[in-house]
Amino acid sequence: MAGKGRGVAAFSFNIESLGIGRGNMPETRVGPTPLFPNTEFKPVPLKVGEDEDYMLALKQEMRGTMQRLPHNIKSQSGKAEVEKYTQRYLKQSRMDDEEWTPATKKKTVTKSLKDTADVLNKLEELAKKDDMNPEKSDDETEKEKKPGNEEDEDIEEEEYEEEDIEEDNDYIESYFDNGEDFGAGSDDNMDGEATY
Amino acid sequence: MKTAVRLQPIMHRARRCCGIPARESRGAEVNTEMTTQEVRLCGLLLREHFGEVVEKVAIQLLRNGAQNLRTIVHETGISADLVKKSLCVLVQHGACLFTPGRKGPGSPTEYRTFGDQILRILRYPRYIYTAKTLYGDTGELIIEELLQRGQMTMSGVVKTVADRLTQNMEEGQSVDYSEVVSAFSKLVETHFLQRCPPLGGGRTTERQTASGNPATPDAPAASKAPPAPESFPDCYKVPHVKLIGRGKRQFAGEDGEDQRNAKRARMDSEAHGDEGIYWQVNFERFHLHFRDQAIITAVANKLDQTSSEIVRTMLRMSEVTTSPTATCTKPLSANEIFRSLPASYNIARPILDQYLTLLVDDPMEFVGRAGESGGGMFVVNLHRALANLARATLESAVQERFGSRSARIFRLLLRKRHLEQKQVEDFAMIPAKEAKDMLYTLLSQNLVQLQEIPKTPDYAPSRTFYFYTVNQLPTARMLLQNCYKTVANLIDRRLFETKESKRLLEKSQRIEAILASLQASGAEPEQLTEVKEMITAPEKQQLDSLRLHVNKLDSAENQVDETIFLLESYINSTSASTS
Repeated sequence: MAGKGRGVAAFSFNIESLGIGRGNMPETRVGPTPLFPNTEFKPVPLKVGEDEDYMLALKQEMRGTMQRLPHNIKSQSGKAEVEKYTQRYLKQSRMDDEEWTPATKKKTVTKSLKDTADVLNKLEELAKKDDMNPEKSDDETEKEKKPGNEEDEDIEEEEYEEEDIEEDNDYIESYFDNGEDFGAGSDDNMDGEATY
Repeated sequence: MKTAVRLQPIMHRARRCCGIPARESRGAEVNTEMTTQEVRLCGLLLREHFGEVVEKVAIQLLRNGAQNLRTIVHETGISADLVKKSLCVLVQHGACLFTPGRKGPGSPTEYRTFGDQILRILRYPRYIYTAKTLYGDTGELIIEELLQRGQMTMSGVVKTVADRLTQNMEEGQSVDYSEVVSAFSKLVETHFLQRCPPLGGGRTTERQTASGNPATPDAPAASKAPPAPESFPDCYKVPHVKLIGRGKRQFAGEDGEDQRNAKRARMDSEAHGDEGIYWQVNFERFHLHFRDQAIITAVANKLDQTSSEIVRTMLRMSEVTTSPTATCTKPLSANEIFRSLPASYNIARPILDQYLTLLVDDPMEFVGRAGESGGGMFVVNLHRALANLARATLESAVQERFGSRSARIFRLLLRKRHLEQKQVEDFAMIPAKEAKDMLYTLLSQNLVQLQEIPKTPDYAPSRTFYFYTVNQLPTARMLLQNCYKTVANLIDRRLFETKESKRLLEKSQRIEAILASLQASGAEPEQLTEVKEMITAPEKQQLDSLRLHVNKLDSAENQVDETIFLLESYINSTSASTS
């Protein structure tokens, strides 16, 4: 049985017949080869001559010219790009909020352990908001059926600002509230502004 | 016990190695997919010549195949305007093609890039230099302009080239347009230039196939390849151009030159009778020329100058009659060759016969005998010559990396096809231990493959033959990929070097500009030296060494490309001859 396995079969025949003897095996290699191994053989020097020099000059000239031609497209730089980035960042962060529910959940857990007073605060505030939000969404639906992106953002921002004024508590709480608020907002959005 | 333990890893490795990752199966079909190394090199070349935006767009297309504009914009995150511009640049340079969407009529147009075309950027200096050797400065500038701009009308080329030539001449002299026109016509006659295929050419052909039999799998395959320019009848027809005048000299500072150029081009938009006919460089024709040159130089190195001249004459005689993909030239009789030999060579008829016999007997098989009539019929074995040159390249690569004794083993395996380990040791006449070491090194580098032939189906080592062998084609492919990697590394290194001393370079440029303006305004020599001294001695030293490094790296890129060309032609020739 044991002698039949492929690996163990090494015992069942004369290894010498393969030309692999005890003394004439190369060293076993341990680990991967180094990133910059010592080169045993130095590279052959480059060809030098008039042809090569001319081709070199042509190559460098070509590169220089091509970089000055209009075909070489430069990406937009400066102010416009920065603004764009912030815009995109705003959108992205919003998407993250919606998608990364596990992360926000975690935070609610840690938060709830913190202070009962905070919870009370929050409840109070939620009550306030419940009063406010329906009106608001009604307003919005009255205003426009399909508001543009920018307007939505403005409204969102207004909401954020209002919260900040309402309670000047510590950072974590406001973070949590934002999340909650967002959820509430998006619920509202379901009926009114279905742009998101 | 110890040997048994040691044996394991070697056997394992050997087994893994014998499954050669070959792309052989792809054969002659048009290959638009690219390897990682090729894509990386394409990206670097594009970045250097067209900027990072074009690089991004092209890489996106190379990695993902055909895509429509919306997808490209979405995936790259680049604004639609820039993507459109980039696609225009790529189309202009023949590296991109648009086809109707594959999802049926009405679906958005899709774009597809051709990596092979992009990789040719590496060879631009060689095309230009060849044009110079064949057609002088005028030819050089024509090819250079066309390569820089991708495609141009004949009148446009003639004007810019005439202006550039005039610029370099002495005061009061100028070049007549007709001179440039004649050089241009010569380049077209010899097929080094060709008309661009009419836009949408790919579109019509595809539509025809699609309407003919709607469900054929051929339709997408047809759109994969760019339309062959030679399939259009007027490909090499020079239009009648009304161009009378001479090159103009510009009296402008160095910096304003290009803008003026552009402005002037816009200004004189009079009709020349060739509007809408655009020309491009025919790379394939250049490659044929490079191939012939490679064969001629190889003969000169192997035998002597005279025999290389004979081969040159044979190649020139069959230039027109032989198709680009033919395995060998049309048979030529010794008499014909004798008559075509330039008188200046002074080769007598009997000597020519001797030389031809010598060439036929040479193991490189550049020239073959095709018959006995007419004093002997001879051909140049184009494909066999390429294969032999590629083999020589492989051998020398092994020799330079692993030493001449490893190269001996490699050559031995090439000649004897299959050898057992014991036989390798004996035939190579190298002590067994060292021979094994070399053989295993070659095996681990995938230059040598191991073939197992079991006598019984259980692969028991005692009843199995282990043959070492070298497969030339897959090995050549691997070496080609290594070459691409090398060039990409060289470019990377060069970019790194220039980036490291960017400030120093900018400073030296600024000072040179100041010097130039001072000289123009007739400043005192003291002032000039003062400005010159703004670059300190160590800075100067640093600049010099940077220049040296960059030159070396650039030169190396050019020279690796020669190897790339040889290997590419060899690989292409094998796929062409099997089909």
